[in-house]
Amino acid sequence: MKSALRQLLAIFVVLIAVSGRAHAHAFLDHADPAVGGKVAHTAGQVRIWFSENLEAAFSSIKVLDSAKHEVQQGKAQLDKANRALLAVTIPALPAGTYKVVWRAVSTDTHITNGDFTFTVAP
Amino acid sequence: MHLSKTVSILSCLALSLALQNTTHGHGFAGNRFFPATLTTDDPFVADEMSLPTISTTVDSDGTRETDLSFAIAKKITPNFGIEIGETFSKFATPGERTVNGQQNLELGAKYQFYINDEHETILSLGLDTEIGGTGRKLIDADRFTTWSPAIFFGKGLGDLPNSLSLLRPLAITGLVGIDIPSSWQSVTISHEEGERSVDIEQHPASLNWGFAIEYSLPYLQSQVKDIGLKKPFNQLIPLVEFSFQDPVNRGESGQVTGTINPGVIWSGKYCQIGAEAIIPINSRSGSEVGMIVQVHFYLDDVLPKAFGHPLFGGQK
Repeated sequence: MKSALRQLLAIFVVLIAVSGRAHAHAFLDHADPAVGGKVAHTAGQVRIWFSENLEAAFSSIKVLDSAKHEVQQGKAQLDKANRALLAVTIPALPAGTYKVVWRAVSTDTHITNGDFTFTVAP
Repeated sequence: MHLSKTVSILSCLALSLALQNTTHGHGFAGNRFFPATLTTDDPFVADEMSLPTISTTVDSDGTRETDLSFAIAKKITPNFGIEIGETFSKFATPGERTVNGQQNLELGAKYQFYINDEHETILSLGLDTEIGGTGRKLIDADRFTTWSPAIFFGKGLGDLPNSLSLLRPLAITGLVGIDIPSSWQSVTISHEEGERSVDIEQHPASLNWGFAIEYSLPYLQSQVKDIGLKKPFNQLIPLVEFSFQDPVNRGESGQVTGTINPGVIWSGKYCQIGAEAIIPINSRSGSEVGMIVQVHFYLDDVLPKAFGHPLFGGQK
Protein backbone atom coordinates (compact mmCIF):
# COMPACT_ATOMS: atom_id res chain seq x y z
CA MET A 1 0.00 0.00 0.00
CA LYS A 2 2.83 2.41 0.85
CA SER A 3 4.59 1.70 -2.44
CA ALA A 4 1.36 2.34 -4.32
CA LEU A 5 0.99 5.69 -2.58
CA ARG A 6 4.60 6.59 -3.38
CA GLN A 7 4.05 5.76 -7.05
CA LEU A 8 0.90 7.85 -7.27
CA LEU A 9 2.56 10.82 -5.60
CA ALA A 10 5.53 10.52 -7.95
CA ILE A 11 3.21 10.61 -10.97
CA PHE A 12 1.54 13.72 -9.61
CA VAL A 13 4.84 15.51 -8.98
CA VAL A 14 5.94 14.76 -12.55
CA LEU A 15 2.63 16.07 -13.91
CA ILE A 16 3.09 19.34 -12.01
CA ALA A 17 6.66 19.65 -13.23
CA VAL A 18 5.68 19.33 -16.89
CA SER A 19 2.52 21.35 -16.67
CA GLY A 20 3.90 24.78 -15.91
CA ARG A 21 2.77 27.45 -13.53
CA ALA A 22 -0.31 26.83 -11.46
CA HIS A 23 -3.19 29.31 -11.30
CA ALA A 24 -6.13 29.81 -9.01
CA HIS A 25 -9.59 31.30 -8.75
CA ALA A 26 -9.87 34.81 -7.32
CA PHE A 27 -11.87 34.93 -4.10
CA LEU A 28 -12.79 37.98 -2.08
CA ASP A 29 -10.30 38.41 0.74
CA HIS A 30 -11.74 41.52 2.34
CA ALA A 31 -13.51 44.72 1.37
CA ASP A 32 -13.97 48.34 2.35
CA PRO A 33 -16.73 48.93 3.39
CA ALA A 34 -16.55 45.53 5.06
CA VAL A 35 -18.80 42.68 4.01
CA GLY A 36 -22.04 43.11 5.97
CA GLY A 37 -20.54 46.15 7.67
CA LYS A 38 -22.01 49.43 8.85
CA VAL A 39 -20.40 52.78 8.08
CA ALA A 40 -21.26 56.35 9.08
CA HIS A 41 -20.25 57.64 5.66
CA THR A 42 -18.63 56.17 2.59
CA ALA A 43 -15.02 56.99 1.79
CA GLY A 44 -15.64 57.67 -1.90
CA GLN A 45 -14.84 54.16 -3.09
CA VAL A 46 -15.83 50.56 -2.69
CA ARG A 47 -12.59 48.55 -2.62
CA ILE A 48 -12.28 44.78 -2.79
CA TRP A 49 -9.07 42.88 -2.18
CA PHE A 50 -8.98 39.50 -3.94
CA SER A 51 -6.84 36.44 -3.41
CA GLU A 52 -5.39 36.62 -6.95
CA ASN A 53 -4.39 39.22 -9.52
CA LEU A 54 -7.22 40.15 -11.88
CA GLU A 55 -7.83 41.03 -15.50
CA ALA A 56 -9.08 44.61 -15.42
CA ALA A 57 -11.12 44.51 -18.62
CA PHE A 58 -13.42 41.73 -17.47
CA SER A 59 -13.66 42.35 -13.74
CA SER A 60 -16.35 44.61 -12.39
CA ILE A 61 -18.05 46.06 -9.33
CA LYS A 62 -21.61 47.38 -9.25
CA VAL A 63 -23.13 49.11 -6.24
CA LEU A 64 -26.92 48.97 -6.06
CA ASP A 65 -29.26 50.91 -3.77
CA SER A 66 -32.41 49.44 -2.25
CA ALA A 67 -34.31 50.22 -5.47
CA LYS A 68 -31.65 48.26 -7.40
CA HIS A 69 -30.36 51.40 -9.13
CA GLU A 70 -26.65 51.46 -9.83
CA VAL A 71 -24.95 54.22 -7.85
CA GLN A 72 -21.30 53.63 -8.72
CA GLN A 73 -19.56 56.19 -10.90
CA GLY A 74 -17.67 54.77 -13.86
CA LYS A 75 -16.02 51.40 -14.20
CA ALA A 76 -14.11 49.53 -11.58
CA GLN A 77 -10.35 50.00 -11.80
CA LEU A 78 -7.47 47.83 -10.76
CA ASP A 79 -4.95 49.40 -8.42
CA LYS A 80 -1.71 49.98 -10.35
CA ALA A 81 0.46 48.75 -7.50
CA ASN A 82 -1.76 45.84 -6.52
CA ARG A 83 -3.56 43.98 -9.29
CA ALA A 84 -5.57 42.07 -6.72
CA LEU A 85 -7.28 45.28 -5.55
CA LEU A 86 -10.36 46.32 -7.51
CA ALA A 87 -12.11 49.62 -6.68
CA VAL A 88 -15.02 51.66 -7.96
CA THR A 89 -15.92 55.25 -7.16
CA ILE A 90 -19.18 56.02 -5.40
CA PRO A 91 -20.75 59.33 -4.42
CA ALA A 92 -21.65 60.30 -0.87
CA LEU A 93 -24.48 57.91 -0.16
CA PRO A 94 -27.58 58.59 1.88
CA ALA A 95 -28.52 56.27 4.72
CA GLY A 96 -29.60 52.85 3.57
CA THR A 97 -28.43 49.37 2.67
CA TYR A 98 -26.39 48.89 -0.49
CA LYS A 99 -25.54 45.75 -2.41
CA VAL A 100 -22.13 45.28 -3.98
CA VAL A 101 -22.09 42.84 -6.90
CA TRP A 102 -18.66 41.82 -8.16
CA ARG A 103 -17.23 39.69 -10.89
CA ALA A 104 -13.57 38.74 -10.83
CA VAL A 105 -11.62 37.29 -13.73
CA SER A 106 -8.23 36.12 -12.60
CA THR A 107 -5.23 36.43 -14.89
CA ASP A 108 -5.72 32.84 -16.09
CA THR A 109 -9.38 33.70 -16.98
CA HIS A 110 -11.04 31.77 -14.16
CA ILE A 111 -14.27 33.55 -13.25
CA THR A 112 -15.75 34.03 -9.79
CA ASN A 113 -18.80 36.06 -8.78
CA GLY A 114 -20.14 37.32 -5.51
CA ASP A 115 -22.13 39.96 -3.71
CA PHE A 116 -22.45 41.44 -0.27
CA THR A 117 -24.23 44.31 1.42
CA PHE A 118 -23.15 47.20 3.60
CA THR A 119 -25.20 49.76 5.45
CA VAL A 120 -24.75 53.52 5.62
CA ALA A 121 -26.05 54.79 8.96
CA PRO A 122 -24.83 58.32 9.76
CA MET B 1 1.45 53.91 -30.48
CA HIS B 2 -0.43 52.10 -33.22
CA LEU B 3 1.43 48.85 -32.56
CA SER B 4 0.84 48.89 -28.82
CA LYS B 5 -2.82 49.78 -29.33
CA THR B 6 -3.21 47.00 -31.87
CA VAL B 7 -1.57 44.52 -29.51
CA SER B 8 -3.82 45.69 -26.71
CA ILE B 9 -6.96 45.30 -28.84
CA LEU B 10 -5.89 41.86 -30.06
CA SER B 11 -5.15 40.80 -26.47
CA CYS B 12 -8.60 41.91 -25.35
CA LEU B 13 -10.18 40.15 -28.34
CA ALA B 14 -8.34 36.91 -27.58
CA LEU B 15 -9.38 37.06 -23.93
CA SER B 16 -12.96 37.83 -24.94
CA LEU B 17 -13.02 34.75 -27.15
CA ALA B 18 -11.51 32.71 -24.36
CA LEU B 19 -14.20 33.84 -21.96
CA GLN B 20 -17.15 33.32 -24.29
CA ASN B 21 -17.52 29.65 -23.52
CA THR B 22 -16.06 29.77 -20.07
CA THR B 23 -17.63 27.77 -17.33
CA HIS B 24 -16.39 27.56 -13.80
CA GLY B 25 -13.46 25.29 -13.13
CA HIS B 26 -14.82 23.37 -10.23
CA GLY B 27 -17.70 23.26 -7.77
CA PHE B 28 -19.49 26.56 -8.49
CA ALA B 29 -23.15 27.46 -8.92
CA GLY B 30 -23.47 31.23 -8.98
CA ASN B 31 -21.70 32.69 -5.97
CA ARG B 32 -21.46 29.32 -4.26
CA PHE B 33 -18.34 27.24 -4.15
CA PHE B 34 -19.13 23.67 -3.16
CA PRO B 35 -16.20 21.63 -1.86
CA ALA B 36 -15.73 18.03 -2.92
CA THR B 37 -17.27 15.87 -0.22
CA LEU B 38 -15.46 12.83 1.14
CA THR B 39 -18.12 10.13 1.46
CA THR B 40 -20.96 11.14 -0.84
CA ASP B 41 -20.02 12.01 -4.38
CA ASP B 42 -20.57 15.68 -5.23
CA PRO B 43 -22.76 16.80 -8.17
CA PHE B 44 -20.11 18.61 -10.16
CA VAL B 45 -18.26 17.75 -13.30
CA ALA B 46 -14.74 18.93 -12.58
CA ASP B 47 -11.06 18.48 -13.21
CA GLU B 48 -10.07 17.12 -9.84
CA MET B 49 -8.02 14.46 -8.14
CA SER B 50 -8.23 12.84 -4.73
CA LEU B 51 -4.78 11.69 -3.72
CA PRO B 52 -4.92 10.08 -1.32
CA THR B 53 -8.12 9.21 0.49
CA ILE B 54 -7.35 7.13 3.55
CA SER B 55 -10.02 5.58 5.72
CA THR B 56 -10.19 3.06 8.50
CA THR B 57 -13.26 1.28 9.80
CA VAL B 58 -14.09 -1.80 11.83
CA ASP B 59 -16.91 -3.99 10.58
CA SER B 60 -19.46 -5.88 12.65
CA ASP B 61 -17.25 -8.97 13.10
CA GLY B 62 -14.23 -6.98 14.25
CA THR B 63 -12.27 -6.86 11.01
CA ARG B 64 -10.43 -3.58 10.57
CA GLU B 65 -10.43 -2.36 6.98
CA THR B 66 -7.93 0.28 5.95
CA ASP B 67 -8.37 1.76 2.50
CA LEU B 68 -6.06 3.89 0.41
CA SER B 69 -7.87 5.35 -2.59
CA PHE B 70 -7.04 7.40 -5.63
CA ALA B 71 -9.47 9.03 -8.05
CA ILE B 72 -9.06 11.43 -10.92
CA ALA B 73 -11.78 13.19 -12.93
CA LYS B 74 -11.57 15.02 -16.26
CA LYS B 75 -14.02 17.26 -18.03
CA ILE B 76 -14.71 16.14 -21.57
CA THR B 77 -17.16 18.97 -22.27
CA PRO B 78 -18.14 21.77 -19.88
CA ASN B 79 -21.00 19.62 -18.58
CA PHE B 80 -19.76 16.07 -19.08
CA GLY B 81 -16.87 14.38 -17.38
CA ILE B 82 -15.35 11.00 -16.66
CA GLU B 83 -13.61 9.56 -13.63
CA ILE B 84 -11.38 6.63 -12.77
CA GLY B 85 -10.58 5.38 -9.30
CA GLU B 86 -8.78 2.59 -7.53
CA THR B 87 -8.59 1.47 -3.92
CA PHE B 88 -6.00 -0.60 -2.09
CA SER B 89 -7.38 -2.31 0.98
CA LYS B 90 -5.96 -4.07 4.01
CA PHE B 91 -8.11 -6.37 6.15
CA ALA B 92 -6.95 -7.27 9.65
CA THR B 93 -9.14 -9.82 11.39
CA PRO B 94 -8.24 -10.76 14.98
CA GLY B 95 -6.64 -14.22 15.02
CA GLU B 96 -6.28 -14.40 11.25
CA ARG B 97 -3.66 -13.49 8.70
CA THR B 98 -3.87 -9.92 7.43
CA VAL B 99 -4.67 -9.71 3.73
CA ASN B 100 -4.39 -6.82 1.35
CA GLY B 101 -4.72 -5.97 -2.33
CA GLN B 102 -6.43 -3.77 -4.84
CA GLN B 103 -10.18 -3.53 -5.13
CA ASN B 104 -12.00 -3.58 -8.44
CA LEU B 105 -11.30 -0.72 -10.81
CA GLU B 106 -13.98 1.97 -10.73
CA LEU B 107 -15.04 4.04 -13.73
CA GLY B 108 -17.63 6.79 -13.84
CA ALA B 109 -19.28 9.40 -16.01
CA LYS B 110 -21.36 12.40 -15.02
CA TYR B 111 -23.50 14.92 -16.88
CA GLN B 112 -24.61 18.25 -15.40
CA PHE B 113 -28.02 18.93 -16.91
CA TYR B 114 -29.18 21.85 -14.78
CA ILE B 115 -27.41 24.78 -13.15
CA ASN B 116 -29.19 27.80 -11.68
CA ASP B 117 -26.68 30.42 -10.61
CA GLU B 118 -29.21 32.68 -8.92
CA HIS B 119 -30.47 29.90 -6.66
CA GLU B 120 -27.10 28.13 -6.34
CA THR B 121 -28.61 24.91 -7.60
CA ILE B 122 -27.18 22.07 -9.65
CA LEU B 123 -28.50 18.70 -10.82
CA SER B 124 -26.57 15.98 -12.60
CA LEU B 125 -26.84 12.37 -13.69
CA GLY B 126 -24.06 9.86 -13.24
CA LEU B 127 -23.20 6.28 -13.99
CA ASP B 128 -20.45 4.51 -12.09
CA THR B 129 -19.26 0.99 -12.63
CA GLU B 130 -17.09 -1.28 -10.57
CA ILE B 131 -15.52 -3.71 -12.98
CA GLY B 132 -15.73 -7.24 -11.64
CA GLY B 133 -12.66 -9.41 -11.64
CA THR B 134 -10.15 -6.55 -11.75
CA GLY B 135 -9.51 -6.66 -8.02
CA ARG B 136 -7.60 -9.18 -5.98
CA LYS B 137 -9.46 -12.39 -5.23
CA LEU B 138 -7.69 -12.77 -1.88
CA ILE B 139 -9.56 -9.79 -0.46
CA ASP B 140 -12.86 -10.98 -1.93
CA ALA B 141 -13.06 -8.30 -4.57
CA ASP B 142 -16.27 -9.03 -6.46
CA ARG B 143 -15.92 -11.20 -9.54
CA PHE B 144 -19.01 -9.54 -11.00
CA THR B 145 -19.52 -5.98 -12.24
CA THR B 146 -21.80 -3.52 -10.45
CA TRP B 147 -23.53 -0.67 -12.27
CA SER B 148 -24.55 2.40 -10.28
CA PRO B 149 -26.73 5.01 -11.97
CA ALA B 150 -27.53 7.99 -9.75
CA ILE B 151 -28.94 11.49 -9.68
CA PHE B 152 -26.90 14.12 -7.88
CA PHE B 153 -27.99 17.46 -6.46
CA GLY B 154 -26.53 20.55 -4.85
CA LYS B 155 -28.31 23.56 -3.35
CA GLY B 156 -26.86 26.58 -1.59
CA LEU B 157 -29.06 28.68 0.65
CA GLY B 158 -27.62 31.98 -0.53
CA ASP B 159 -31.04 33.04 -1.80
CA LEU B 160 -32.51 33.21 1.70
CA PRO B 161 -33.79 36.66 2.75
CA ASN B 162 -31.56 39.01 4.74
CA SER B 163 -33.50 38.25 7.91
CA LEU B 164 -32.01 34.74 7.73
CA SER B 165 -28.61 35.86 6.52
CA LEU B 166 -26.62 33.72 8.94
CA LEU B 167 -28.17 30.63 7.32
CA ARG B 168 -27.05 31.66 3.83
CA PRO B 169 -23.66 29.91 4.14
CA LEU B 170 -25.52 26.58 4.44
CA ALA B 171 -25.62 24.20 1.49
CA ILE B 172 -26.67 20.64 0.87
CA THR B 173 -25.37 18.21 -1.72
CA GLY B 174 -26.28 14.58 -2.20
CA LEU B 175 -27.27 11.71 -4.40
CA VAL B 176 -29.84 8.98 -4.85
CA GLY B 177 -28.82 5.96 -6.86
CA ILE B 178 -29.03 2.23 -7.11
CA ASP B 179 -26.25 -0.36 -7.23
CA ILE B 180 -27.14 -3.11 -9.70
CA PRO B 181 -24.92 -6.20 -9.70
CA SER B 182 -24.46 -8.06 -12.97
CA SER B 183 -24.76 -11.34 -11.06
CA TRP B 184 -27.45 -11.99 -8.47
CA GLN B 185 -25.60 -14.71 -6.60
CA SER B 186 -22.28 -16.49 -6.27
CA VAL B 187 -22.17 -20.25 -5.79
CA THR B 188 -19.13 -21.80 -4.14
CA ILE B 189 -18.76 -25.58 -4.03
CA SER B 190 -16.20 -27.03 -1.65
CA HIS B 191 -15.20 -30.51 -0.54
CA GLU B 192 -14.10 -30.98 3.03
CA GLU B 193 -13.45 -34.37 4.62
CA GLY B 194 -15.26 -36.09 1.79
CA GLU B 195 -18.34 -33.95 2.09
CA ARG B 196 -19.53 -31.62 -0.58
CA SER B 197 -20.88 -28.25 0.56
CA VAL B 198 -22.52 -25.52 -1.47
CA ASP B 199 -22.40 -21.92 -0.35
CA ILE B 200 -24.67 -19.43 -2.07
CA GLU B 201 -24.02 -15.75 -1.55
CA GLN B 202 -26.76 -13.35 -2.63
CA HIS B 203 -25.96 -10.08 -4.35
CA PRO B 204 -28.92 -7.77 -3.86
CA ALA B 205 -29.43 -4.50 -5.65
CA SER B 206 -29.12 -1.64 -3.18
CA LEU B 207 -30.56 1.80 -2.96
CA ASN B 208 -27.58 4.05 -2.39
CA TRP B 209 -28.33 7.50 -1.04
CA GLY B 210 -26.73 10.18 1.01
CA PHE B 211 -26.29 13.86 1.52
CA ALA B 212 -23.94 16.40 3.04
CA ILE B 213 -24.91 19.48 5.02
CA GLU B 214 -22.16 22.09 4.95
CA TYR B 215 -21.67 25.52 6.50
CA SER B 216 -19.18 27.54 4.49
CA LEU B 217 -17.14 29.97 6.57
CA PRO B 218 -15.62 31.40 3.35
CA TYR B 219 -19.15 32.16 2.17
CA LEU B 220 -20.03 33.73 5.53
CA GLN B 221 -16.90 35.84 5.46
CA SER B 222 -17.08 37.03 1.83
CA GLN B 223 -20.82 37.16 1.10
CA VAL B 224 -22.67 37.71 4.36
CA LYS B 225 -20.66 39.20 7.22
CA ASP B 226 -16.96 39.79 7.73
CA ILE B 227 -16.58 38.55 11.27
CA GLY B 228 -12.82 38.95 11.23
CA LEU B 229 -11.82 35.34 10.69
CA LYS B 230 -8.23 34.93 9.54
CA LYS B 231 -6.49 32.07 7.74
CA PRO B 232 -6.92 29.16 8.09
CA PHE B 233 -10.27 29.60 9.84
CA ASN B 234 -11.82 31.64 7.02
CA GLN B 235 -11.15 28.66 4.72
CA LEU B 236 -12.97 26.04 6.78
CA ILE B 237 -16.20 24.32 5.84
CA PRO B 238 -17.65 22.25 8.67
CA LEU B 239 -19.98 19.55 7.40
CA VAL B 240 -21.86 16.39 8.25
CA GLU B 241 -22.26 13.66 5.67
CA PHE B 242 -24.90 10.94 5.77
CA SER B 243 -24.44 7.83 3.66
CA PHE B 244 -26.84 4.87 3.44
CA GLN B 245 -27.14 1.59 1.55
CA ASP B 246 -30.51 -0.14 1.50
CA PRO B 247 -30.74 -3.59 -0.14
CA VAL B 248 -33.98 -3.95 -2.07
CA ASN B 249 -34.17 -7.64 -3.02
CA ARG B 250 -32.64 -11.14 -2.70
CA GLY B 251 -34.06 -11.53 0.81
CA GLU B 252 -32.06 -8.66 2.26
CA SER B 253 -34.63 -5.87 1.98
CA GLY B 254 -34.65 -3.49 4.90
CA GLN B 255 -31.17 -4.35 6.14
CA VAL B 256 -30.00 -0.78 5.94
CA THR B 257 -26.40 0.09 6.63
CA GLY B 258 -24.91 3.53 6.78
CA THR B 259 -22.72 6.03 8.50
CA ILE B 260 -22.93 9.59 9.77
CA ASN B 261 -19.71 11.48 9.21
CA PRO B 262 -19.11 14.81 10.93
CA GLY B 263 -15.97 16.63 9.91
CA VAL B 264 -14.39 19.66 8.35
CA ILE B 265 -12.84 20.64 5.02
CA TRP B 266 -10.10 23.21 4.62
CA SER B 267 -10.17 24.72 1.14
CA GLY B 268 -7.00 26.35 -0.18
CA LYS B 269 -5.90 27.74 -3.52
CA TYR B 270 -4.97 24.49 -5.19
CA CYS B 271 -6.32 21.77 -2.96
CA GLN B 272 -8.55 20.97 -0.08
CA ILE B 273 -7.96 18.72 2.90
CA GLY B 274 -10.86 17.03 4.62
CA ALA B 275 -11.22 14.85 7.69
CA GLU B 276 -14.31 13.16 9.07
CA ALA B 277 -15.26 10.68 11.74
CA ILE B 278 -17.22 7.67 10.46
CA ILE B 279 -19.99 6.77 12.88
CA PRO B 280 -21.90 3.54 12.08
CA ILE B 281 -25.68 3.92 12.35
CA ASN B 282 -26.19 0.33 13.55
CA SER B 283 -24.28 -2.86 14.37
CA ARG B 284 -24.52 -4.05 10.75
CA SER B 285 -22.64 -0.93 9.67
CA GLY B 286 -19.67 -1.32 11.96
CA SER B 287 -18.58 -1.80 15.52
CA GLU B 288 -16.32 1.22 16.07
CA VAL B 289 -16.04 4.83 15.03
CA GLY B 290 -13.73 5.09 12.05
CA MET B 291 -12.21 8.00 10.23
CA ILE B 292 -11.45 9.26 6.75
CA VAL B 293 -8.90 11.82 5.56
CA GLN B 294 -8.61 13.14 2.02
CA VAL B 295 -6.34 15.45 0.07
CA HIS B 296 -8.18 16.68 -3.01
CA PHE B 297 -6.53 18.72 -5.76
CA TYR B 298 -8.23 21.26 -8.04
CA LEU B 299 -6.51 20.14 -11.21
CA ASP B 300 -7.75 23.05 -13.32
CA ASP B 301 -5.70 25.29 -11.02
CA VAL B 302 -2.77 22.98 -10.29
CA LEU B 303 -2.28 21.72 -13.84
CA PRO B 304 -3.80 24.43 -16.03
CA LYS B 305 -2.19 23.23 -19.25
CA ALA B 306 -3.22 19.62 -18.93
CA PHE B 307 -6.51 20.09 -17.07
CA GLY B 308 -7.40 23.77 -17.38
CA HIS B 309 -10.17 23.25 -19.91
CA PRO B 310 -12.55 20.58 -21.21
CA LEU B 311 -11.37 18.54 -24.16
CA PHE B 312 -14.27 19.88 -26.22
CA GLY B 313 -16.62 22.86 -26.17
CA GLY B 314 -15.10 25.27 -23.70
CA GLN B 315 -12.05 27.08 -22.52
CA LYS B 316 -12.30 26.29 -18.81
